[in-house]
Amino acid sequence: MVKESKQSQFNPYQNNGGTVAAVALGGRVAVGGDTRISVGYNIISRNYCKITQLTSKAVIASSGMVTDAQNLHKLLLARITLYKHQHGTEPSLKALSKLLSITLYSRRFFPFYTFNLLAGLNEEGQGAVYGYDAIGSFDELKYGVQGTGQELCMSVLDNQCKGANRTDDYTFTQDPVELIRDVFTSCAERDIYTGDAVTVWDITAEGIQQTSIPLRRD
Amino acid sequence: MAADIDFSFLDDPEFGLPSYFKPKQDPMEEFNTLLTQEVPPIREFSGKDSEEAKKLFKFAKGTTTLAFVFQGGILIAVDARATMGSFIGSQKVKKVIEINDYLLGTMAGGAADCYYWENNLARVCKLYELKNGERPNVGGAAQILSQMLGQYRGYGLSVGTMIAGWDHKGPGLYFVDNDGMCLKGNRFSVGSGSIFAYGVLDSHYRWDMTLDEAVELGRRAIYHAGHRDAMSGGVVRIYHVHAGGWTNIIQAEDLMNIHRQRDAEKGIEFLDDEVTFNS
Repeated sequence: MVKESKQSQFNPYQNNGGTVAAVALGGRVAVGGDTRISVGYNIISRNYCKITQLTSKAVIASSGMVTDAQNLHKLLLARITLYKHQHGTEPSLKALSKLLSITLYSRRFFPFYTFNLLAGLNEEGQGAVYGYDAIGSFDELKYGVQGTGQELCMSVLDNQCKGANRTDDYTFTQDPVELIRDVFTSCAERDIYTGDAVTVWDITAEGIQQTSIPLRRD
Repeated sequence: MAADIDFSFLDDPEFGLPSYFKPKQDPMEEFNTLLTQEVPPIREFSGKDSEEAKKLFKFAKGTTTLAFVFQGGILIAVDARATMGSFIGSQKVKKVIEINDYLLGTMAGGAADCYYWENNLARVCKLYELKNGERPNVGGAAQILSQMLGQYRGYGLSVGTMIAGWDHKGPGLYFVDNDGMCLKGNRFSVGSGSIFAYGVLDSHYRWDMTLDEAVELGRRAIYHAGHRDAMSGGVVRIYHVHAGGWTNIIQAEDLMNIHRQRDAEKGIEFLDDEVTFNS
């Protein structure tokens, strides 16, 4: 008799990799995300944008599983459309931060496999970043990274934005877009899931500026 | 004849209203549905023990939180580190949740679970206040939370919280966890660093402490836990619960500051950094 093979368990999750980062400075916030999508060791896309614009001054950047991220972004856009029709205004960044939290927690027992950053300008016109875990725990930050390159990028941002582990008298005055670009080029050197290109969204009171910078494609 | 006209239709509460508009029979109906509402829906998937799924629930597992009742009220002290595996996700997490002006809750276990359910408790407490004209007492609030969590027992929630507040009976301190346990007590510590915090707390605790002494004890217990437990650290936050509500006494004090202070008191530059070279 043939030995019965063990039935493999149904696993709905996969990590498609990638890194997203955001840096706020005064009335400005820069959000970056690489454009690579992987399944295991195969690269299946080199030009996928991980960032979605939610309102005129807020974007969401997600890493993790692409299908869940797409669904989550669509769901948020639908909820924001309803909000606009009901209130006649766009939701504030603070309202969006709570909306994302409860949306993620509503799937507590079958979570969205996404690690998100919400970035934009708050009601005072100041740049702000919100970092989330997969089930809706969140915190307001000055800068944040999520995704496979998190460990590589975080210490660099701590040093550049907060002045951590420095002996000199340091204040962060660098152009946040430049910083995002540098962080991603460095990350692409050492993380196999980050590369191809980085899309940087520069959010100011004047509007949103999008740029794309090439990264290593190997 | 005019006298024969039947005016009883005027007594009909629905008279003159559009057919789709039905007046509410019980004005409290809406509140009652809100009170019994079950969120979020329980949906299970079979791959929940997979490696990928395990990563989802790694956030903010290591913690040190403590609270004790003393002569001057209740003192709450917490650390601020959030770890995802061995990665430090944040050193500035707010582990004291300000439920409302007279109740505080602490966060240990899953950050999202604590945050969501303690906010849910705030909502239920507000509805209770609107309905009954008075606030639920601290024990009642803790019981409400424990019953909400008890409904989800066995579904993998991770919550270890202390509910502290002041009601007509005075200070109230309760411990509530994810399988519905609810305990009243005078001294609690929760989290991976609690063993260290308990050591300091038990040996130096007195009922008749002044507020300053109590703050120093809480600060010291969190410092020692942060020092010996790798999953605790960051900054110390201290709250005081008293008859008028609560006050945030220490917003955020870096544990490294306390470490340097302790070294200076002992006249040593780096107490733990005395390296012996092998030559």
